[in-house]
Order: sequence, then C-alpha cells, then structure tokens
Amino acid sequence: MSERLTVAKTYKLYVGGAFPRSESGRSYPVQDAKGAFLANAAQASRKDVRDAVVAARKALGGWSRATAYNRGQVLYRVAELLEGRREQFVAELGASEGLAAKRAQSIVDLVVDRWVWYAGWADKIATVLGAANPVAGPYFSFSVPEPTGVVGVLAPQSSSLLGLVSVVAPVIATGNTAVVVASQDRPLPAITLSEVLATSDVPGGVVNVLTGRTAELAPWLASHADVNALDLTGAPEATTTELERAAAGTVKRVLRAGAAEPDWTVAPDVKRLRAFLETKTVWHPKGT
Amino acid sequence: MAAPSPANTGLPPALADATRDETSLRRFLHGLPGVDQVGVEQRAAGLATRSIKKAAKLWAIDTAIGMVDLTTLEGADTAGKVRSLCAKGRRPDPERPEVPRVAAICVYPDMVTTAVEALGDSGIHVASVATAFPSGRSSMPVKIADTELAVAAGADEVDMVIDRGAFLSGRYGRVFDEIVTIKHACGDAHLKVILETGELATYDNVRRASWLAMLAGADFIKTSTGKVSPAATLPVTHVMLQAVRDWHTATGTRVGVKPAGGIRTTKDAIRYLVAVHEVAGPEWLNPDLFRFGASSLLNDLLMQRRAQLDGHYSGPDYVTVD
Amino acid sequence: MWEYAPAPESRDIANLKPSYRMFLDGEFVEGGGEPLKTVNPATEEVLAEVSTASKSDVDKAVKAARRAYDRVWGRMPGAERAKYIFRIARMVAERSRELAVLESLDNGKPIKESRDVDVPTASAHFFYHAGWADKLDYAGLGPDPRPLGVAGQVIPWNFPLLMAAWKLAPALACGNTVVLKPAETTPLTALVLADIIQQADLPPGVVNILPGAGDVGAELVGHPDIDKVAFTGSTEVGKLIQCSVAGTGKKLTLELGGKAANVVFDDAPLDQAVEGIVNGIFFNQGHVCCAGSRLLVQESVADELLDKLHTRIATLRVGDPLDKNTDVGAINSREQLTKIAELVSSGEAEGAEKWVSPCPLPDKGFFFAPTVFAGVSQAMRIAREEIFGPVLSVLTFRTPDEAVAKANNTPYGLSAGIWTDKGSRILWMADRLRAGVVWANTFNRFDPTAPFGGYQESGFGREGGRQGLEAYLDV
Repeated sequence: MSERLTVAKTYKLYVGGAFPRSESGRSYPVQDAKGAFLANAAQASRKDVRDAVVAARKALGGWSRATAYNRGQVLYRVAELLEGRREQFVAELGASEGLAAKRAQSIVDLVVDRWVWYAGWADKIATVLGAANPVAGPYFSFSVPEPTGVVGVLAPQSSSLLGLVSVVAPVIATGNTAVVVASQDRPLPAITLSEVLATSDVPGGVVNVLTGRTAELAPWLASHADVNALDLTGAPEATTTELERAAAGTVKRVLRAGAAEPDWTVAPDVKRLRAFLETKTVWHPKGT
Repeated sequence: MAAPSPANTGLPPALADATRDETSLRRFLHGLPGVDQVGVEQRAAGLATRSIKKAAKLWAIDTAIGMVDLTTLEGADTAGKVRSLCAKGRRPDPERPEVPRVAAICVYPDMVTTAVEALGDSGIHVASVATAFPSGRSSMPVKIADTELAVAAGADEVDMVIDRGAFLSGRYGRVFDEIVTIKHACGDAHLKVILETGELATYDNVRRASWLAMLAGADFIKTSTGKVSPAATLPVTHVMLQAVRDWHTATGTRVGVKPAGGIRTTKDAIRYLVAVHEVAGPEWLNPDLFRFGASSLLNDLLMQRRAQLDGHYSGPDYVTVD
Repeated sequence: MWEYAPAPESRDIANLKPSYRMFLDGEFVEGGGEPLKTVNPATEEVLAEVSTASKSDVDKAVKAARRAYDRVWGRMPGAERAKYIFRIARMVAERSRELAVLESLDNGKPIKESRDVDVPTASAHFFYHAGWADKLDYAGLGPDPRPLGVAGQVIPWNFPLLMAAWKLAPALACGNTVVLKPAETTPLTALVLADIIQQADLPPGVVNILPGAGDVGAELVGHPDIDKVAFTGSTEVGKLIQCSVAGTGKKLTLELGGKAANVVFDDAPLDQAVEGIVNGIFFNQGHVCCAGSRLLVQESVADELLDKLHTRIATLRVGDPLDKNTDVGAINSREQLTKIAELVSSGEAEGAEKWVSPCPLPDKGFFFAPTVFAGVSQAMRIAREEIFGPVLSVLTFRTPDEAVAKANNTPYGLSAGIWTDKGSRILWMADRLRAGVVWANTFNRFDPTAPFGGYQESGFGREGGRQGLEAYLDV
C-alpha cells in the first residue's frame, strides 16, 4: 500500500474576514529554513493593500467602540484557539524558522502566553494611561487613551509567529485595526494565525494579513492617507527612511524599528500599547 | 391660574400661550435655555476687568448716582431718617449742586407719605416695598392691602417680593397670579418684582423667575430684598440682563433691571454699568431701565466723583452721613 | 452713548531695549545671522533689532547644550533640577507685568490676554513641571526613565512666551538640555525668559535661545547631534520636519494646525454657548491652532444663535493691544493679514454669506474685523483650511450623527466643542469626536495638568500632564 497523499493547503491573504487570493493573481514560493519548497503564498499587490485598508477602516468603528471587557474576552478566546492549534504551529515554526521541536514548542507556549498577556490589557490600559486632571478651575477634566485608528504593521521578518503576535496583539488590544504585512520569507504562520482569527470572535477586518514583498507593499501603506500609523518593525533596513518620509505626508504616527530585530522572548512592557494610542482630554464645567 | 391679565395682552402668540395655564407656563419656563454657572460667572468676571477711566468714569459715576434707589428699610426707620434721606437724594453733594439727584427714595409703606412730602416736586420717585416684604409670607389680601397702602400714600413705584416658596415648589401659576394681582393693585405705579435670587439658588431659576415676572407684567425685575445673603451679584445680574434683552427681542418692549444689596463701591457700580452696557445694551443705561438698590453706595460715588474732579482722594468726612 | 476712555497699559513697563541678542551657553551674544527687526503689528513701527543665529551659531548652541547635558544637567539629581525650574516659575510671575506688556507689543495680542492668560499660564507650566523632575519614576513610564539628551524646539508666534514655557518646562524637568528657536516675528519675550533663566542661575548651555527665521529652525531640526525635535506650528511645516527627521532616530513631537468644530445643540445654554463661540474664534485674534473655527449649529436654533452671536460680536472692541479694554488686538503680521483676507475673499467667491462686525478699526497697524460666514458648506475652503484669524464659518446640522460626521470631516483633529445640557449626549459626542481635546460647555481651557495635542494631521505627542513627559524621556 502506498502512503496517503496529503492534502496541501493553499495559502491566501486574509482581508475583511475572508481569504482571497491576491487580486494580482500572483503567488510566490515559500521555502523552509533549509531551502526546500514549502508552499506557494499569495503575493499581494498595492490593490490588496488598498482593499485591506478599506476593510480595516470599516471594522474600526465596531472594534474601537466595543467595550474593553468585550475586546479582552474576544482576544482571550483567540488564545484558547491558539492553544488548540499548538501542534500545527510547532510544525510550521519548525519548518519556517528551522527550529528544533522543543524550541518550537517553547516559542508557541510564549505565543499563547503573550496573547493572553495582551488580552488582559484591553480593559486596563485606560486605567494606567488615563487620568483625571487636577486643573486649576471649576472643571472636571479627564484624559483617556483612544485607538489611533488603522495601523499598518510590517511584521518582523525573522520571528514569524512570536514576533508577529508581539506586534499585532497590542495594536488590536487597544482598539485599533491592523493591516499586517507578514514576514516575507516566512509567511505561513501568519496565514495560519489568520485562520485562528477567522474562527475566533475577532470581527472580520480587525486584522488583515497580506503576504508578499514587504518592500513592494510597505510604501503603499506608508503613503496611504487612510492609514493612521505605521509600525516599521519588519521594514527592510534600506527602506525605513523612505517609509518614514512617506508617512510624513499625512502625519502618521511611526513606530521605528530598532537596529536589529528585538528578542521577542523578552517579556514586553506597555510601550507597544502606548505607541498606537491617542490621548483625548475632555473638559466640562462643574456648576449647579 | 387667572385669565390673561391686561399686562400680557398684546404679547406674541408664543408668549401669550405660555401663560394660558399652569402646564403651559411650566413647559415654557423649563424650555428656556439653561444657564451654565461656570460660563456665566466667567463672563461676568471677564467683563469686570474693563478699565473705566477719566471722562468715561465720570460719566459712569454721574449716571450711577442718577440710578440710585436710595433706600432705608430698617425697623428703626423714623420720619426724621426718611426726611434726611430725601434731602440727600435731592442734593447728594450739597457743595456740588451739579451732582444729579438720585432716581428714587425707597422706603416701607408707612414711610411713603413722609417721603412724598419731603421730595415734593423734585422729580425723584418714591418707591415702596410691599407684599409682606421681605419674606412675602402672608395672605394675598394682606399683600394687596400692603400695596394699596403704598400707592394710596403716593408711591409711584412698588417693589414687591415673589413667593419663593411657591416658586421653589414649582407652583409657577401661583407666583404668576400674585404678580398679576399686585400689578393690578399698583394701578399706574411701576412694579418692580423682587426675585430674591439668593433664595432661588440656581441661575436656571433666576432666568425662569425673570421670565415669569416679565410675563406677568413686571416693569422691572430686581435681584434682592437686601435682607438675604447673597444679594445682588454680577453673574445673577448678567442672567437678568440677558433675560430682559431676550424679552425685548421677543416682544419689542424693554423691562428694567435693579440689582439691590451689597453694591457699596463705585468700582462695583461701574462693573454693573459695564454689564448693562454690553449685555443688555446701551439703551438700558437709563434710570428708567436700570437702578441700583443701595444706601452706602451713594457716598462712595460722591467721594470718587470728587477724587476724579479734584485730582486727589476724598474722605468720608467730606460727604454727608444721612 | 458711553464711550470708554482709552486705558492703555504703559509701554515703559516692557523695558523695551533697542537691541536684543541671542542667548547661547549662558551668555547673551551677537549672532552671526542677519539681524531682524521686530515690528509692533499694531503700529507697524520697529520695536527692536534682534540678532539672529547663523549656521555655526546653531552648531555652537547644540554643542553647548550637549556639554551641559553631559556634564551637568543630565546627571543632576531631579530634586536639584526641580528647584531651578521652580525658580523660573517664580521669576516669570515676578516679572509678569513686564512680560505681558512686551508680549502685547511684539505679538499684537490684547494686554488682558497676555496679562490674564499667557503669562500666568507660562508660570504655571514651569511650576507644574518643576515638581515632576524628581518624581519621574511615578510617571507610569517604567522605572528610572532617562532623558533623551539635547532637544531642538521650534515655536510659533501666536503664544510666544507660553509656547516657550510649554516646550522648556517638560524638557528641563525630564533632564534634557534645549536649543529653542522663537518665531521670527515674536522673539522678544523668549529673550526676556532667557534673562530670567540667567538670573535663575541655570548652568550655562542648559537653555539656548536662538532667534531667526525658518532657515535657523531647519538648521536646528536637521542638526545631527540633537536627540529630540519638538515643533509647534503649521501642518505644512510639520510635515516637512517629520520628513526631514526620517531615518535619524530623533524623537519627534508635533503640535500642528486645526479646524475645530464647535457643535451647538438646540438644548445648549445659549448665552454661554455664544460666549464659548466668541472665545473659541476671537481669542487671540483667532491665532490659535485649536480655535473653534467651524461653528456647527443645530438647524432649529441656528437663527436665534446667529442673532445673538452678531449682537455679541459687535460688542468686541478691536484696537490697541495695550488698551486694557481691547478684546481683539492686531493680526501678528502683514503676511498673516494677507492670508486671512485671501481666504475671506474665497469664502465670498464661493457664495458664503459674510457678516462683519461694525466695530471701528485703527487707521494703521494690521487689524481685521471679526467676521462670520453663514451658509457655509463643507466643500468651501473656509470650512476646510485653517484661516488662523478672526473668521468663523457657520454650518448647520440636524442630528447628532450628522454633527459628528461633519465635525470629523477634516484631516485635522486637534480640538472640538460640544454645547448641550444633556450629559449623556456630551459623553456620546466626546467618544466619537476625533480630537485630542474636547471642550464641553466651555472652550479654550488650558492647564499644565491636562494633556494637549492632536489626532491625525494636527500632530502627535502631548503637552501637559503625565502624558506630556513621554515626549522628553527615552521610554
């Protein structure tokens, strides 16, 4: 008896809660850490960027106005689903990043835990970053953090899952929606994560994942007038200055990349939560 | 509620409707725009920083003197005291005959006769408080009799108090009827309606009470009896000035405003005049439309007037104590 | 009629000098740039000659700031820094009258505003931030937050002293040293502040103040040895700056333009709304980035409100900034006056109904009568572009949703106003308005404890409050 032929997965984009192919019809081969063919991934175009931004904008109203408790629960649910797919992620990480099984397992553990950590922040960040301002007058003045809006995220190139989760979770935990450009050479875990999101309670459009050439897609995100902020973490080093310049065209908030990709296993702080929050200060007189 | 009185016939339909019955009146008064306390106090404080100098100040002083309702409302009032006040009102600064006379002498009803005699043909009005001043706590027949007594004695202005208890418990119709009735009892005498804003507590109430009084036929709305603290304040007067201005916009007629109690200095008086000028409008800078209910204010105005003209400060020994 | 006699504040109080020099490394020195003549916009007369910085002066100043940072200020205990800044706060208050008169002379704003708002708030900013200097661990930005280093700061001409205070106070409290460039048309109060800083005995180089035009600002922003850029000014220039610091790693905060909507519902406290609208657009001649330049009024009260507004605006006294009774002073420069006039004619050309206050205007100087456009639609330039002058555009709406949609229909997002007596509606609106500051039943309130700053193209970063410290710390 011959061995059963496995059913290979077609990796597509994740936009507005659906899994379309690139409108360009393009795909590109993805290799494992040793250079062997793994799968074809959709190669998104600028029009896919455009569609993803539309989807993210459309989802923003509902997601940003959901109660923080609700967002926390929805995100926690994602962690539950991630836990259920541990084996798949371990296998994919092993293939994508060439990690030994044990190492891959510990990374996936961190991924789930990190997601839980950020899920718990959804209904606390306003307490930590907000304030009642003791102004010198008969007014109640308070400041609350609010999501910046649609955030373009260039996901880390090396850490295809832990890095991805570490940059996406804080963006959506704070009520933003995201257009994510996945690691160019290691895009498969991002698509699998999309499948988790699609089957979770995260509304379609809150996270949109594009695979393809980062250097091709990033300028369209950086210059898009309906994108409010840009995370350059996974931007190719040679392009960051240009991207920042493009972002200046509509005064986007830009989270710059460090000199090297961060060590994602280090416990995070609230910096990434702060990065895509605005502060709104409200005043009202006190009187009878 | 009484049928529409002569006072409010000829009102625009919307306002005439407001007085049709208790429910309409309540709906109307509660439909008036609210007053934000911080906002109105800030505006009043801002306008109080106007710097009035030189000729503008002298004009303000003389205008203010001519707007004073020189008042004595004491249990210890005697004919002698009232006569002395009248003399002061006629010639506030005996050494300076060009100083204008005051607008009115304001007394209790039993002193009206004395005041009328003392003032003769000076043109100074005689104002009498009435309606169980200052609390207003008596029966309607007593209040009417009180008013009739004052008018019969020769008062040509009556300062009535509203029933604050009725107002605060929401019985606007009762307050309205009282004012209409007293207005009727006044005959030709001008009616000033004292809201006693210190007891109304909120600016929203002050605005409602102002409109209520105007709907009922008040010729003047007046802040206070002077017996309750706080008496007149700048922001309260602002709200009332806004009300008479809005009333004029709605009806084409002008109602006067009289702050009373606590206005003691020229500086205070000028701040009120600036408010009159810029909130109600220059037309109100006239004793027919603005009065100060005051006693000690007059001497400060006189001292400041001297300082202004003489180029040095005056002292209390150079103005008369009455 | 009652005419208020002129009540001018004495210009002698300003201690105006014929010439002013830049402040570099603790000394007042001649700059290498072409001296500028600063003009009193109310009279068009030259007030003083001011030396400006050359390219090498900018470099010297940055070097001085770096030295001061490395050797003294960056390593000084916070408690010591605090005492220096407290000193500045007190000295600004002590010299408040001088500063107020000088500000009105140089800027054209009414003395009552410089006296009652600008100078006291400037002092308050130093006082507030002084106390933070030794409490940064408690700012919620992580343990032992470190300063950034040298900050290059560029400020506008609309609140010359106050903006200097907004910039300097948090920078110094967090342990940074500063090179600040005041606006070309309003350098004087910043140089008196330099005098105060010298009197307060701050170590040389901690604060350097270099007057000059945009080229000096560009030189400063582009200097390779600064770690932080803070800019308040137009969105146009803000974008250029963001572009120029791209790739440098310099931390950037921008406080830019605005086109705020002031939304009045039919249940608003109307008289106070009128005050708020007037304050919102005519305060400081409308030279306010957060000015309530678009009035959105519910149709059912539009006529009544507009009538009241015209009556009220007609009482505004436009004229001599030094007169204590002046409500609206001079437009800061001829250039700005031309810009305002150009936008106003575009409003007329596009069919909006213009109403101009009947107030008399002085014969000379840069003055513009308060102007209200009714019948404005979102498509008109006067509804979209920042006029930065005493010009109000009035639009109407029917429902709360429409009000929100119109209010948010702008690339800016600095401030917004809401007028209604209904509390739940205020909070509903406040949630939905895309603006960094929302004033409900009030307008144009500022306080050092309350973070201020914009959404979208109105910039990023906050000034004031705990949130404002983030801009000057490496966190």
